Amino acid sequence: MTQPPVLELSGISKAFGGVRALRDVDFALKAGEIHGLVGENGAGKSTLMKIIAGVHSEYEGRMRIDGQDVRFRSARDALAAGVGMVHQELSIVPDLSVAENVFLGAQPLTKLGIVDWAGMRRAAGEQLRRLGIDLDPRTPAGALPIGLQQLIEIARVLFSGARIIILDEPTSALSPPEIERLFGVLRRLRDEGRSFVFISHFLDDILRISDSVTVFRNGQRVMSAAAADTDKAMLIDRMIGAGHDELEESYTGEFKLDPKPGHPVVMSVDGLSLAGRYRDVSLEVRAGEVLGIYGFMGCGQLELARTMFGKLPSDAGRISVAGQPVRLSTTAKARRAGIAFVPESRRAMLFHHEPIYKNVSISILDRISRWLLKPDSERGIARKHVEKLRIRTPHVDAELGALSGGNQQKVALAKWLTYPPRVLILSEPTRGMDVGAKEDVVGIVRGLRDQGIGVVVVSAEPETVLALADRILVMRKGEIAREFADGTVSKDRLLEAA
Amino acid sequence: MDAQTTPTRSAGSRLGAMLGSQLRNIAPFITLIALVVFFGVASPSFLSMDNFSNVLNQVSVTAIIAVGLTFVILCAEIDLSVAAIANAAGIVVAFFTVQESYVNIANVPLPGWAAIVVALASCVALGLVNAFGVTRIGIPSFIMTLAMMQIGAGICAMLVRGQIAYAVPPILVTLGSGSIGGVPWIVIVAGITLLVAHLVLTYTRFGRYVYMVGGNREAAEFSGVNVRVIIGAVLVISAVCSGLAGMLGVAYFGSAQQNEFDTFLLDAIAAVVVGGTSLFGGRGGIGNTIVGVLILGVLNNGLDHVDIDSFLKILIRGLILLAALVINVYAQRLRTVRGAASA
Repeated sequence: MTQPPVLELSGISKAFGGVRALRDVDFALKAGEIHGLVGENGAGKSTLMKIIAGVHSEYEGRMRIDGQDVRFRSARDALAAGVGMVHQELSIVPDLSVAENVFLGAQPLTKLGIVDWAGMRRAAGEQLRRLGIDLDPRTPAGALPIGLQQLIEIARVLFSGARIIILDEPTSALSPPEIERLFGVLRRLRDEGRSFVFISHFLDDILRISDSVTVFRNGQRVMSAAAADTDKAMLIDRMIGAGHDELEESYTGEFKLDPKPGHPVVMSVDGLSLAGRYRDVSLEVRAGEVLGIYGFMGCGQLELARTMFGKLPSDAGRISVAGQPVRLSTTAKARRAGIAFVPESRRAMLFHHEPIYKNVSISILDRISRWLLKPDSERGIARKHVEKLRIRTPHVDAELGALSGGNQQKVALAKWLTYPPRVLILSEPTRGMDVGAKEDVVGIVRGLRDQGIGVVVVSAEPETVLALADRILVMRKGEIAREFADGTVSKDRLLEAA
Repeated sequence: MDAQTTPTRSAGSRLGAMLGSQLRNIAPFITLIALVVFFGVASPSFLSMDNFSNVLNQVSVTAIIAVGLTFVILCAEIDLSVAAIANAAGIVVAFFTVQESYVNIANVPLPGWAAIVVALASCVALGLVNAFGVTRIGIPSFIMTLAMMQIGAGICAMLVRGQIAYAVPPILVTLGSGSIGGVPWIVIVAGITLLVAHLVLTYTRFGRYVYMVGGNREAAEFSGVNVRVIIGAVLVISAVCSGLAGMLGVAYFGSAQQNEFDTFLLDAIAAVVVGGTSLFGGRGGIGNTIVGVLILGVLNNGLDHVDIDSFLKILIRGLILLAALVINVYAQRLRTVRGAASA
């Protein structure tokens, strides 16, 4: 306690446009400490870490390292001052060797000015052994499991002199033994005096490894405590702010589930696996129900949804639609089997330079014309959807790119609605939408469900799943961890299961 | 929003936007007119009916190859094997035709129609190999068709072994070098090919898929379009167009030999791109290709009419192509910037 912090931030505020991402935040990190950082998506923890790592240089407030005022202009600045960051998406170059990856951008040179391969291999090997990994430094990094790649990246950050290391969601892609190994390495480095900020959605992991924990909510720090003095329930309580804010009441309120066990199964998935993405997933979608699949970012639910639409292959498992086994080798086959899909990114779904009616008709062209196009009936169909979904546009010949994001999202939905599919899979259907557009989407999805379509909503936002789903599956690190099918569910219980 | 300035600004920006979006169509057209005016002034013999007919005659083979390439480039792919496949088709058709006794080729005479069918079938087969490599194995079309270019050249070499064949089936002689009512048949065939391609691209479901796949491949896939089938199909179409051009070309030139079509690869690509079809896919069409083919034809023909160092001509063609590429990429960037601003 008497030790001064290695890193100290005071009064940090940061806004993006008119949105305040951080409000007057204080944060301190001690030497030889692992500090867990939790909060919902958008709570401000990533913004704060990017300030510390030099990614954002415009902010209010002071940052001190070892008592010295600093203000980083770039990630390079931050690294020079001893702050390194390991992102969730690793920056390992798969085709280069382990040694080259450890020394990426800083290969040692011989006196002749050429790369000192032998020296590099030796040093990389030593560095990794100090982390407790015995590995041939000549192995291509891409051939290693993700857990080792991550340790190589940590070795690289350490090697460039970092004393303060920020780890963003380090355990999301790791298996339990890999997590153990990572934690062993972290503890060893901590005992050497290095400090870590450990950002994660996985509260169990946070509580196991951290010495202290800080909770963020709505751009503010709401709690800092020794890890030993808190538990999972308390963290969730602080993260979602139970009883603090009227606006958030809905988040903690009970949502009534409405499963339809009597309805026929329209799609079933049995033992589906894709290496590194999801494992042994089995589920059933019933006509006239909304099945929510919730999981943190990177837990495999987005990939699962793509496999169910024939966009990604699977390594094992079976898919049936309406009782018939299907092989979804292309999206065209999935479409013909009666499966529709709206991906999380509008860019991936829409043709920005084409008129609205062509965006709508692309999925149904083979139903309305065999050889020759019928632009008039295409326009007619598009007009009907524009009216029904209340898409704000002067006419259906307007370029799609001219519409607002919410209206574009509705066009993405509209392309599946002319001939109702059996199964409609929506990935992050309300991401980035304003409240009004979100309500519209909720209304549309409910309407489709009531028509008898089996709807699957895949999301990393608990609110989205809670608002839409009649039944909820929770995915955790690629596996279905829990099903909520009866009674009610609340956000805190959903988070606890994930 | 400032109510007073808004209307004028939006009118101005609308005009700018229209010009921006039409740049790829307007610029080639202006280039064509400028070239015609320039050569018309520079050389009295250029602007004659005879010479106009000459230009059309000269561009016909390129035009037919460019039709197939237009499909491929609209899908944001490329086909470098067009000239080699054209050459192979011409040689295959000659190989299966009776040659004069002094032609020392181990050929296999077939009826004329059969020789043509075999040649076209070979083109379909080569196109399917391209399609398989690109869509199933996942070889980038640039590399796959580069290999096919070599394979096509190899087929030519194996069949003629350095010799020259002269005879082709009579129907090809007529279509390639005959004329009807003063209009060369080859110009008519090129015209029909262009027209059919235009109708397919504009009015059929397949044509729409070509544009949509080129415009945003991922979106097409997420809309349940079988993207691989479309890309495979355009590669086969390209090979068949090349084959047609090759057979007519052999009749047009009066001989079938190796490396006969080498210059047509660059000419055909240049014609499509100079015409304004986007190298990034999804924009352009047969109208653009017609203008592009004419620009190249006028340029090649016109440079013969003015007194100019024949070695300099090659450089000038290169510079014109470069200018067209700059406009092509610039037009794309304008779109992207506007798209981003309005999104």
